[in-house]
Amino acid sequence: MPNIRPILSATIGVGVALALVACGSSGPGAATSSSASMWALTGSDQKTVQNSIDVWNDAHDDQAVKVDFFANDAYKTKVRTAIGAGEGPTFIYGWGGGSLKAYADAGSLEDLSGYLADNPELQDRFLPSVLANGQIDGKTYALPNNRIQPAALYFNKDLFDQIGAQPPKTWDELMALVPRFNAAGIAPISLAGQSKWPDLMWLEILTDRIGGPAVFEKIAAGEGESWSNPAIIEALTKIQDLVQAGGFIKGFSSVAADTSADKALLYTGKAAMLLALGSGYQDTKAGAPAFVAAGKLGYVPFPTVEGGTGDPRDVVGNPSNLWSVNANATVAQKAAAESYLKDGMFTDAFIDDVIASGAVPPVKGIEDKLASSPDKDFLEFTYKLASEAPHFQLSWDQALSPKQADALLTNLDGIFVRGITPQQFVDAMNATL
Amino acid sequence: MSRQQAPGRGTRQAGAPGWFVVPALTIFAVFAIVPLFGVVVLSFTSWDGINPISFSGLASWAGVLTDPVTGNALWVTAKIMAISYVVQTPISLVLGIFVAGKQRYRAVLAVLYFVPLLLSSAAVAIAFKALLDPNFGLGAGLGVPALAQDWLGNPDLVLFVVVFVIAWQFVPFHTLIYQGGVQQIPASLYEAGQLDGANRMQQFFAITLPQLKYTIITSSTLMVVGSLAYFDLIFVLTAGGPGYSTRILPLDMYLTGFRSNDMGAASVLSVILVVLGLGLALLLQRLGGKRRDESQLEGL
Repeated sequence: MPNIRPILSATIGVGVALALVACGSSGPGAATSSSASMWALTGSDQKTVQNSIDVWNDAHDDQAVKVDFFANDAYKTKVRTAIGAGEGPTFIYGWGGGSLKAYADAGSLEDLSGYLADNPELQDRFLPSVLANGQIDGKTYALPNNRIQPAALYFNKDLFDQIGAQPPKTWDELMALVPRFNAAGIAPISLAGQSKWPDLMWLEILTDRIGGPAVFEKIAAGEGESWSNPAIIEALTKIQDLVQAGGFIKGFSSVAADTSADKALLYTGKAAMLLALGSGYQDTKAGAPAFVAAGKLGYVPFPTVEGGTGDPRDVVGNPSNLWSVNANATVAQKAAAESYLKDGMFTDAFIDDVIASGAVPPVKGIEDKLASSPDKDFLEFTYKLASEAPHFQLSWDQALSPKQADALLTNLDGIFVRGITPQQFVDAMNATL
Repeated sequence: MSRQQAPGRGTRQAGAPGWFVVPALTIFAVFAIVPLFGVVVLSFTSWDGINPISFSGLASWAGVLTDPVTGNALWVTAKIMAISYVVQTPISLVLGIFVAGKQRYRAVLAVLYFVPLLLSSAAVAIAFKALLDPNFGLGAGLGVPALAQDWLGNPDLVLFVVVFVIAWQFVPFHTLIYQGGVQQIPASLYEAGQLDGANRMQQFFAITLPQLKYTIITSSTLMVVGSLAYFDLIFVLTAGGPGYSTRILPLDMYLTGFRSNDMGAASVLSVILVVLGLGLALLLQRLGGKRRDESQLEGL
């Protein structure tokens, strides 16, 4: 009998290697079928997309689109593998930034610039600051497909009344509120630090307020040592000052965004303020409808920073998700996709669906529609915030390459728990350029 | 069957012919050797998943081996491996001996202890993440402030939280192994011990523990090599945070490969994982003694 034990124990170890290979399974080759295919995300947009595709398919037998819905994280892994194998869907759902550039550089995306030039009314439909998010080196590879999500400072009006304070207009006012709320036994600011990405909004908006959009543009362009910019150091220092002063709720690193615990802290009266995307309103409305109906949820633009050179009207967040067209699709599929982008998306019914979901679509001339919504106040605030913004900064973790984004979120986590200094952060991030 | 091969014909001794292993070897080759080979090849390339794979020599290896994140991941992995081994083994051993008893209530308890093992790691992690929430979790629910710590956000605390959750899930499995091992020990050994006047403690150290030698080796191997694969639980519970505090090697491999889209570096990490896993498994087998077929039941 040969000794097979070493082989058996080898099997256990090799199983680990399998884990890596097994994760990369590719999906069905949707693009090889004759009709155009679309991979969209589950969640708040699902109904809007499904409705628009149903209407489109009823009216366009010859250009039917087949839509499938995926969960966010599953989609991101799946679509990358599929595109790498030349089998992606006709419509590619995206976030812009680093991943859009990677696909465009690899020649996986159709250049839509010519199509837009032929159809100027399509281009004119969108807010310019949002449309810019689908452009790489002056060419348009993607068009907005859902809603604008600028970050704003949400607050609990009851708690502000309780200590007799107004929402902060400047950073110094924000810092001055911290000891007052703490003295009243209220956490000044809620933060879902466990999920890491909510931390990032603080760095993004502070950097823009202090140094303007140019600071991050240099980083995104990969210029050497560009993380060493004094604006970054100052923003990181301000964050650590705020942490040290007890600005964020105790144990914020254990608060998770996926359970909306950060919003719950606000509407249950445990914390006074929250920096959040549009979900700050939508999740609060879902979790505590009476709180929103009673007008107790306030929202203001992020405070200005004294001495900062950035335009205080600038916003950060997610301008909108985007549709790109797969360069490997057939001519007929591409034609169907382009027709849908022009005539099937942001129709009246589509815009109504987006507004009904409590969000603002990234298109012009919708003031009347917003004014007749039950969420009128919030929607008009968001629309004004985004449409007047000279610069709408895409979240850095989307704008950068995935490798830099991972290092960014992890090191920023270290800043918030004060495990590393701003200089250590800058050194670690410069190493990724 | 009318035609059967005459036994003992030819040079072969009685026993299974060699080609009986072909199906097993085929499966092993397709699902283990080929992917392993693929990963080794990928470790000498750079590939982002979209662009064509390009050979880059030792660049990925140099990158991974000089990256402080790798060293940290190894250190965190070693800490979790060691602490969870030290925590899990005595608990499993004692529980295993306890539930090996013949009393009915012990059988009922054994079933209850077994429940955590039936849950998926992701579900366990999601449940604990909610329970450990400092504002809406167990501490707030029960009104016990001591339970409302920054469990997942304090870099000094989080490692022990992870070890605790791992133990909560995997102790039942090892308890089961020890229960089986204890029930295999012949009762006559204990009878002989009692005749010689050995008390319970002496029986435990002189009979139970030595008799469980191979059970301990099996359990230890599974525990140590398995700790190289604690991925899903930690990924969902902490995602490696805060900072790099719980970023163990398999998690680092996943994040490098599927978040950072750096398949070359991720392959290097997985080769390191395989080598570590193999080395540890072989080492533990060695510790079991050279003569694996030696009997523990001589004289019985």
